[in-house]
Amino acid sequence: MLKTTPFHTRTAALMQANQWRRWAGYTAASSYEMTHDREYLAIRNACVLIDVSPLCKYQITGADALPFLNRLVTREVGKTPIGGMLYTPWCDSRGKVIDDGTIARLGENSYRLTSAEPNLRWLEDNALGMQVQIEDVTEQIASLALQGPKSRELLMTLTDAPLGDLKYYRFCTTSIAGVPVMISRTGYTGDLGFELWMDANPASAERVWDALIEAGRAFALQPAGIWALDVARIEAGLIMLDVDYTPANKAMTNAQTSTPLELGLEWAVSWNKRSFVGRKALLAEKQRGVASVLVGLEIDHHEFERQHHALGLIVPYPFMAWRSIIPLHADGKQVGYSTSGVWSPTLKRYLAFGHLQPAYVVPGSTVTIDLDIDRFRRPFSAKVTKLPFFNPARKKDTL
Amino acid sequence: MNTHHYDVIVIGGGHNGLVNAAYLAKAGKRVLVLERRHKVGGATVTEEIYPGFKFLIASYLVSLLRPEVIHELDLMRHGLELMPLESTFSPTLDGNYIADWPDHDATKYEIARHSKRDAEAYDEYARTMRRLALAIRPLLGMIPPDPTSLAPRDLETMAKVGGVLDQLRKEDFYLLARLMTMSAADFLDEWFESPALKGTKTTSGIIGTFLGPRSPGTGYVLLHHYLGEVDGVFRTWAFARGGTGAVSQAIASAAREAGVTIQVNAPVAQVLVKNGVASGVALENGDEYTADIIVSNADAKRTFLKLVEPQHLPDEFLHDIRRFRISSPACKVNLALDGLPTFTAIPKGKEALLRGSIEIAPSVDYLEKAYDDAKYGGWARKPFMDALIPSLLDPGMAPPGKHVMSLFVQYASSDLEGGWSEPKKAEFLDVVVDTLAEYAPDLKSLILHKHIMTPWDIEQMLGLTAGHIFHGELALQQLFFLRPSAQWSNYRTPIRNLYMCGSSTHPGGCITGAPGRNAAFAILEDRP
Repeated sequence: MLKTTPFHTRTAALMQANQWRRWAGYTAASSYEMTHDREYLAIRNACVLIDVSPLCKYQITGADALPFLNRLVTREVGKTPIGGMLYTPWCDSRGKVIDDGTIARLGENSYRLTSAEPNLRWLEDNALGMQVQIEDVTEQIASLALQGPKSRELLMTLTDAPLGDLKYYRFCTTSIAGVPVMISRTGYTGDLGFELWMDANPASAERVWDALIEAGRAFALQPAGIWALDVARIEAGLIMLDVDYTPANKAMTNAQTSTPLELGLEWAVSWNKRSFVGRKALLAEKQRGVASVLVGLEIDHHEFERQHHALGLIVPYPFMAWRSIIPLHADGKQVGYSTSGVWSPTLKRYLAFGHLQPAYVVPGSTVTIDLDIDRFRRPFSAKVTKLPFFNPARKKDTL
Repeated sequence: MNTHHYDVIVIGGGHNGLVNAAYLAKAGKRVLVLERRHKVGGATVTEEIYPGFKFLIASYLVSLLRPEVIHELDLMRHGLELMPLESTFSPTLDGNYIADWPDHDATKYEIARHSKRDAEAYDEYARTMRRLALAIRPLLGMIPPDPTSLAPRDLETMAKVGGVLDQLRKEDFYLLARLMTMSAADFLDEWFESPALKGTKTTSGIIGTFLGPRSPGTGYVLLHHYLGEVDGVFRTWAFARGGTGAVSQAIASAAREAGVTIQVNAPVAQVLVKNGVASGVALENGDEYTADIIVSNADAKRTFLKLVEPQHLPDEFLHDIRRFRISSPACKVNLALDGLPTFTAIPKGKEALLRGSIEIAPSVDYLEKAYDDAKYGGWARKPFMDALIPSLLDPGMAPPGKHVMSLFVQYASSDLEGGWSEPKKAEFLDVVVDTLAEYAPDLKSLILHKHIMTPWDIEQMLGLTAGHIFHGELALQQLFFLRPSAQWSNYRTPIRNLYMCGSSTHPGGCITGAPGRNAAFAILEDRP
């Protein structure tokens, strides 16, 4: 039997369409309603509650916790104050990304790292000889994402914590319904939002869920699944492991691997750090130039629509994000590939992620992507743009 | 034309002999297969020893049967049906167990119960082994070159070998070099910490091999078993409906369709050699058959030490064949059961584990001790077993409601001190049943009939020297261009027109069909 999260009795009661999926060995909702439309719209217009408990979490403590993390990840961890968080990828010695996630600084020598895949072995192997304790707390900590423009207002009805001042990538501790909760100003939607971290005991975790749902009635809170989240994260230009990149330790060939520079994450590489795993290889790549660059693509939906009409068809909007490798062409040859795409109801554009050869990374220029129309596959032009596609001011604002 | 003259005579109707005959017949040769038993198959055979129960008296699973053999001989049309085994269940000494399921998450949960670290390492391990297996797989279908030779054929093949190794990532090349020279236990120690996981994973490195898990060389055997695939899924074992006998029946059917004549009850006594050239064979009853080409499916020792008179062979070749390592560590036990045994370690709701492999290999130490017991001419007091309940996969293997259990048992020496007598056989059979009953206490009350094939029985009944299922150890010193002898690894022999096509040749044992197919290509190179 697939494992369930501490919120499962609650999420199962909401499920209308039996649309479950697997997430890191757990049962997770794809969408609770028959379609994910309302769940998505709530991310951008009201607020949603997403059970993100399957995220892997590691408690890292000890005198060498900071040197250890600085050795592990590409980004400088030392500048983060207690109560701060940061996003970072980490690489193998070839500079190929193994995973990406967040690090929260809980105390002087105490951190919590999240990842998409289990990383205990990689962490332990990189901690050899260091004064550091690494504990897998995935099953001890339940987590909820409360995302959307109304999320702050909602939360403020449940806690006195100074959420109005809580900055992007900062966290505070408080309690909700009598249950201790850590609230961080983070998320995977690119919108105003929070993540709530608490003990995984279902009895207390359910109390938090229930309080949020109850208070959420006044804010049109919508429980949401992964389908809605997938639309939002593409709009926000956020990459997904196993979709937009293959973790280096799972790749069968070199071609499957990616570096942070290729994934548009150079901003999260602290060159000033004297050493971290993969630094030498990444520095060499920087000097040599990358082989591919992650870009945004805006697919010509007008032409897509026109060709459908010409065949007597109504254009099907890709409301559900697709996750497949589709070649990108220019100058009569393949110049890259696309990994994710979706119709953005907020931007009214057909968005996709492209991995392009650097020579073709010219904002405003176009490449072609082959898409299915009825019984045919035809090339459509896709305009190269910068990521993110959608970046509202409310994502980072304070009251 | 003399009806007793053929283009090719294949000595022995084992699966490789039949594959070889089928390929040669498809190439237009007139081929005769001479089988000493009343039916073909050799060690790839199903026998109804006890009425209503079909026993797998030698081989029991299919994995390494080359997809190209299945495809080119159209074996599915000839009745081959393969059912992949879904799981592996390995009970441990403390009443716990570890299991491998076809589902990735389900397997990870099982391993994580023993070690979270190992559950993570397992993914990377499996991928690495697959990458290595993928890289060396082309070698299976090659006629091994002589690396010291400057003949164009050898140079060309050496270049291909180089090409294969060039495909590897640098790190994988180093790893391959290490794996080839390491013991399976040492290699697995580098990946895992859980004794249960290491125990069950080590078995691929020792199965059929008279080496312990800590003997160097078992690393290669580990990889050898990763070369197995069913429908492109690596490291999968399949049960052939009707038992492995159905595999040889399918190949025999393909061979007959291609025009091969198969004669059973025709034991060959001697290969007839005139002036250093093989010209025919003499049967035990005195009948003689002549052919342009003689191919031996028998193992190298039987072929060159029994069927060919020594004066026809060069000394150094005879020396190689004499020292060819062929001591067997394995017995085959079959149990006719009145019902399904209850393995106490299997939790409620996971009874499906009985449909897969059942490995009695609780730890590396357990396996090493089993080897220790046997290596001085004895048997393991607590043997390693690879068990299977075929009747759960194919109800035709036993009467309704009854079951048959197949046990591959290791280690019991083919050179048993004092020899394998009936009392010794009975004694070891009790050791096997007693050991298994520790994990399934109701086993003994269900046994209707028990049957053992010791290495001695396998030799007597099936003609495999020392009862060795691989026709000689898969040890590094006798693989690829060294199998069975340095200058004679390309299926040719020092006697002109005499060829080898059995598992004593590259790539060795298991139901692969590869030696038979490769040998056919070597013969067709010489006699298009």
